Amino acid sequence: MLKNLCQRMFGRSLWVYHANSGGCNGCDIEVLNVLTPYYDVERFGIKLVGSPRHADVMLCQGPAMRSTAQALKRAYEAMPAPKLVFAIGSCACGGGVWFDSYSVLGPVEKVVPVSFYIPGCPPRPEAIIYGVAVALGLVDKKASPVEFKQTEFPVPQYHPRDLRREGDMVVYEKVEKV
Amino acid sequence: MSFLSKLEETLICLKAGKVTLPYPAQAQPVPEKFRGRPIFDAAKCIGCAGCANNCPAREILVFDPCQEMRILQYLGRRCTYCGRCADVCPEKAITMSMEFENATNQIRDLGQKLELFMSTCQRCGRCFKGASVIEELKMKGYRSDDIQSERWIYRSQAFLEGEPVVDDIQIELD
Repeated sequence: MLKNLCQRMFGRSLWVYHANSGGCNGCDIEVLNVLTPYYDVERFGIKLVGSPRHADVMLCQGPAMRSTAQALKRAYEAMPAPKLVFAIGSCACGGGVWFDSYSVLGPVEKVVPVSFYIPGCPPRPEAIIYGVAVALGLVDKKASPVEFKQTEFPVPQYHPRDLRREGDMVVYEKVEKV
Repeated sequence: MSFLSKLEETLICLKAGKVTLPYPAQAQPVPEKFRGRPIFDAAKCIGCAGCANNCPAREILVFDPCQEMRILQYLGRRCTYCGRCADVCPEKAITMSMEFENATNQIRDLGQKLELFMSTCQRCGRCFKGASVIEELKMKGYRSDDIQSERWIYRSQAFLEGEPVVDDIQIELD
């Protein structure tokens, strides 16, 4: 009972820690934009804290770099146990444009387990709020994988069986289709 | 004096009113030229792989399992929404949509996969001809990226011969 009450009281307050492991600061600016009165995420109880030991959520920006991977992992391990990791931006989700560079390891999910992905380069502040709302269960996610398979050949193909003799000439029957 | 300044501050605050957007409750429109998630129209696509060759993030993978079949896979994970694929598409099969609410807990949700039939050239027997002689030397009609492990392979020969390809760097983390 007390546990349920505590979950209801504190369930929605996420304290976020803002970890940039080698990004270009574009996603940083969008995250700071989210904290302004215009987008005001404090109505969801979200607060920026300066230490990973106080945080529930780590906002990862930038790819996992060779030089910062160990620091990122240490910051993740310093967070107390019920923890979430948000990968914000294309770099954190998939390694970014320079994913095959010598200093980039790839997406941050290679170093820390990621629970929510927010793609975009940089994502709009609304997109970040949407990701937070998906994590809190306020809205449902919209993205779903798309798969398309052609079942028949779309273009009619030339075949000699459609040739027809017409007087002295040989006419191809489906000439307007080909 | 300080009281007056406080009063003035209060007036300024009252004048500003409420500025916070009621975002997740109400939909928020995007600017007109906003580029969101690219949508692939499979009915228009001819499978030329121009989008795959022009993608700066190299995230559209092309795999030819046989001569008359081509798989185009858009991963969506490192897309920078630059719109070069939509620019280069000759059939306008790719449109940059207004969707930005792509947050998900499964990265596979962002992918799009097209399986297309390809015609065979009756002279050379390949799917299509390269743009230049150097392109032909590099590609030879086929591309086989590694779709299982989502790796982009530049030369199709490398896949067959086991040469070192673009791969993940392994370092030790303690």
